[in-house]
Amino acid sequence: MVKPSRSYRVFQGVNGVILTLVVVVTLYPFLNIIARSFSGERQIRAGEVTLWPQGFNLTTYKIVFQDSMFWRNYGNTVLYTVVATAVAMVLTTCYAYVLSKKHLRGRSTLVGIAVFTMFFTGGLIPNYVLITSLGIKNSVWAIALPNAISVFNLLVMKAFFESLPSELEEAAQIDGLSTYGILLKIVLPLSKAVVATMVLFYSVSFWNSWFSAFLYMDRTDLMPVTVYLRNLIQGATGGSNAGAGTEQLSQVGANIQAVTIVLTALPILCVYPFVQRYFVSGVMLGAVKG
Amino acid sequence: MSTSTRSAPPPGTQEPPPTKAPPRRGRRRTRTGWRRALRRDWQLYSLAVLPLLFFLVFRYLPMIGNVIAFRRFEPGGSIFGEQWVGLRYVEMFLSDPTFWQVFRNTLWLGGLTLVFCFPIPIVLALLLNEVRRRSLKRFVQSVSYLPHFLSIVIVAGITMQMLATDGPINHALGWFGHEPIRFIQEPEWFRTVYVGSEIWQTAGWGTILYLAALTTIDEDLYEAARIDGANRWQQIWHVTLPGIRPTMITLLILNVGTFLAVGFEKVLLLYNPLTYPTSDVISTYVYRTGVESNSFSYAAAIGLFEAIIGLVLIMSANQLSRRTVGTSLW
Repeated sequence: MVKPSRSYRVFQGVNGVILTLVVVVTLYPFLNIIARSFSGERQIRAGEVTLWPQGFNLTTYKIVFQDSMFWRNYGNTVLYTVVATAVAMVLTTCYAYVLSKKHLRGRSTLVGIAVFTMFFTGGLIPNYVLITSLGIKNSVWAIALPNAISVFNLLVMKAFFESLPSELEEAAQIDGLSTYGILLKIVLPLSKAVVATMVLFYSVSFWNSWFSAFLYMDRTDLMPVTVYLRNLIQGATGGSNAGAGTEQLSQVGANIQAVTIVLTALPILCVYPFVQRYFVSGVMLGAVKG
Repeated sequence: MSTSTRSAPPPGTQEPPPTKAPPRRGRRRTRTGWRRALRRDWQLYSLAVLPLLFFLVFRYLPMIGNVIAFRRFEPGGSIFGEQWVGLRYVEMFLSDPTFWQVFRNTLWLGGLTLVFCFPIPIVLALLLNEVRRRSLKRFVQSVSYLPHFLSIVIVAGITMQMLATDGPINHALGWFGHEPIRFIQEPEWFRTVYVGSEIWQTAGWGTILYLAALTTIDEDLYEAARIDGANRWQQIWHVTLPGIRPTMITLLILNVGTFLAVGFEKVLLLYNPLTYPTSDVISTYVYRTGVESNSFSYAAAIGLFEAIIGLVLIMSANQLSRRTVGTSLW
């Protein structure tokens, strides 16, 4: 091994500094928001909060925990995520399995029907008109059905099914298993990894989504927690909280956004360390074939 | 049971054949071919029925629904409108000064996003690739992927908190004796705020495909370059960059294709009437005129215009890269 040159050692040093900066810039907002959520009003207004809570205060957490609408919306998020992910998994798995059968007549047309929608979509207004006239506004179906198949996820799954050895399925067919039986008893048990990845992909995206609900739900008690947070953020940009009556109100005004951000992000932050690598490998699989 | 289910699959599967008429062969041969395929694979075809219904209803029907751009539409009436009005709505938006303003804003935001958010992940991936300690590399990766997993509402919320008058950025400005800036309310700051939060959210995750491409570069190429006397920079220029060029081109085409569809949801969350002069883009204008003011046909005409330009952009980018560098999406 050749001894690294002086300029290369300088480069390594600079590189380390840059990457440290990247980490700091990415993490600082999170830490600051968490610190704010536990801080006192006066310290927040004075801009004294950086990485650690100043003037420790739990008033806002208590207020939010007592807000029944917050919990109701959180429950909606769970419900919408579970239903929408279940619908999406059934439809995506079925279609991906069909598309993975190379001998199937009309297969390329079936692939084309899906892939074309990646590049051209109907757009917001026709979709809105459609959902309205189907009469599924204000129900979970307005969120689950229009997003039931993500073409990217479909292609990832199709690529995985194609990579399975065909001998097993042929043997099962000779043993008299129907196509449905093969899919349920042979293929899916072999595909646990990709199924888990897809469930993660879909559930994180439904958990995080807000616009479908914002568009198709008319009542606050039907909103997911993301819309709860959105209304809070937007409300505060219009007018200021100046002149709020009691001390408690001004404390809430100072950090209710930080508290709600923390509570909304918490589930994702908790599972993130465990699911991150599945996402990375899923994206790779999709990119190789896509 | 088998007879009833056997007759079930054809309705869902009869669409494909007309679009895919095989050349040369006679009609009868095609028909018997399909009959045989259906008899052998009807169970497979039956699995495709529900997904095809999904694509038909929720993807292709809205595409056809765009005809309301040329028809008068009444809420509660047919989703395809009531009667033809020709290009009335197109002429209307072409002579609407607000349309041209949001068009310019869209080009600005899209252009800035492309200029900053496309190259930064490449640079970051190259820097990560030079890191020797694996644990350090993995730590930086894990941290920088994190914002990608959060809801866009949370990202917008964090952005606003950071930029608030009592937030850390204004606090830091205070050290230099600067007056607090109302970033969220001032139109001249919107583009910076938008692009900045976009970089924060996407730069780390954007490195994944480049890092994957970097690991596929043959180590022998670096060896050969070293023997030829290439220094580090020359190795990056002549070996590393050509190695990730296909990935770069593919992502560039995709970026160009989504150029006009600038982060609609993020703009919707970050903008407010005060910043409309710079922040209002085509998609948000479509949303407000259509959903909020109920001018469905007018909004659909603008939306269709945007979608067609998007399709033309991605097709020309694809064509151009196939001609010039030989890489293309299809």
